[in-house]
Amino acid sequence: MNIPSDLRYNSSHEWVRLEGDIITVGITDHAQAELTDVVFVELPAVGRKVDHGDPTAVVESVKAASDIYAPLSGEITEANPEVEADPALVNTDPYGKGWIFKMRLNDAASVSQLMDAAAYAAMIH
Amino acid sequence: MSDTLLHTPLEAAHIELGAKMVPFGGWYMPVQYTSILDEHAAVRNNCGVFDISHMGQVVIEGEQAEFWLNKMLANNVAVLPAGGGQYSFLLNENGGVIDDLIIYRESATKFFAVINASRIKEDMAQLSTHLPTDVVLTNESDLWAGLAVQGPQASAVFAHIFPNVTLPPRNGILRFMEQGQELVVCRTGYTGEDGFEFFSPAEHGGTWMHTFIKHGAKPCGLGARDSLRLEMGYPLNGNDLSEELTPLEAGLGFFVDLNKGDFIGRDVLARQKTDGITRKLVGLQYNEKGAPPRAHYTVETPSGEVIGELSSGVHSPSLQTGIGMAYVPIAYSKLGTDLCIDVRGRKFSAKVVKKPFYKTANKGA
Repeated sequence: MNIPSDLRYNSSHEWVRLEGDIITVGITDHAQAELTDVVFVELPAVGRKVDHGDPTAVVESVKAASDIYAPLSGEITEANPEVEADPALVNTDPYGKGWIFKMRLNDAASVSQLMDAAAYAAMIH
Repeated sequence: MSDTLLHTPLEAAHIELGAKMVPFGGWYMPVQYTSILDEHAAVRNNCGVFDISHMGQVVIEGEQAEFWLNKMLANNVAVLPAGGGQYSFLLNENGGVIDDLIIYRESATKFFAVINASRIKEDMAQLSTHLPTDVVLTNESDLWAGLAVQGPQASAVFAHIFPNVTLPPRNGILRFMEQGQELVVCRTGYTGEDGFEFFSPAEHGGTWMHTFIKHGAKPCGLGARDSLRLEMGYPLNGNDLSEELTPLEAGLGFFVDLNKGDFIGRDVLARQKTDGITRKLVGLQYNEKGAPPRAHYTVETPSGEVIGELSSGVHSPSLQTGIGMAYVPIAYSKLGTDLCIDVRGRKFSAKVVKKPFYKTANKGA
């Protein structure tokens, strides 16, 4: 199971990459393997303000719809049109082309609330 | 909860094969092994094998078996030759579907029925209540392991394993001996592809599953089973059929014989046939790219009037779009009618289409 060491993780299986005060959010390799076969991604509207824990996007496999939660609080700045067009990217490249949305954090320091790779690895094992 | 789940004799094989196991209709079953999409494609293009050990088997025997079954079931068993089978319904007095099943005639006086896992208790109750003294009814559900082997290569897989046995024709049944075991093979399935359902003594089911896999069948779970059957517009009992709905409302009148004489539920069906039905199960297909439709999502008119809900829905792997079925007022059941499906507040445009949604290459045997 791939858990990149330079990312942060939420307990609901989102990963976070911080650049300035913007985070990129996707779902982990573990999550995509559990969901399998993503066939639809519902993206959040740009400009929407979300709080930590808000259902923000939806990833659907053949068998189920799963909410993707805002890992921290802030405002949506971008949603990935490529996963809307090709939802399988969430399976094939979860940490790269399969990213789902970006958001500007209310507080960039809040990233420290999230798990590091070792803590996330311990959680899923 | 988990201690009340029923377990099929193939469970060890599923776990060894890496299946994701889930509760389904009271049973602990594999939903998938690797990927629903891959398993779906294997059945459409090659061959897949499903555990159907949860399904029930009932034997009906006696000089009066045919006469009695024709009182109990909606289709006409009298037309079945020895070795033939047909899709049929066990109805209640209101014409509602207790179960949909396949009934096979093995001889003039012996019938074999394959019934739904979740309805074994209800079926046995209904049949036992009406059982005459000269017909013997035996619930053999615990004795058999079941495997559905499905796909364009299914008959070739069978021929490799049983070079001396000829598969029965479509809807046919054959009971034969191999390796000292009594085996039953039925040329039917729930995928629209060629294939067969194979029943062995319960304790040998896991070995047979591995044998089919070794000869080219891919293990497939309930996820692909559902997407495959829904692409064909086949109903799932409990979703698309219930004791409150009749086979005519489900659009399955072809499998009801109103001219064979009386049977339980006939009065209601005959009246529906004369007076017309007020609601009907229709196939719906998205007009646009949208979130996968699922059971219980609301069906609306384009102007927003709620007219029903999906009884089944899925992202069709073959058609790459959303498909589903719903009971709607007859005024909205015409082919080509535009309707909407509500997914979390978003409305996706869909059209009433003819079933099956997907045409297979299966020409039958």
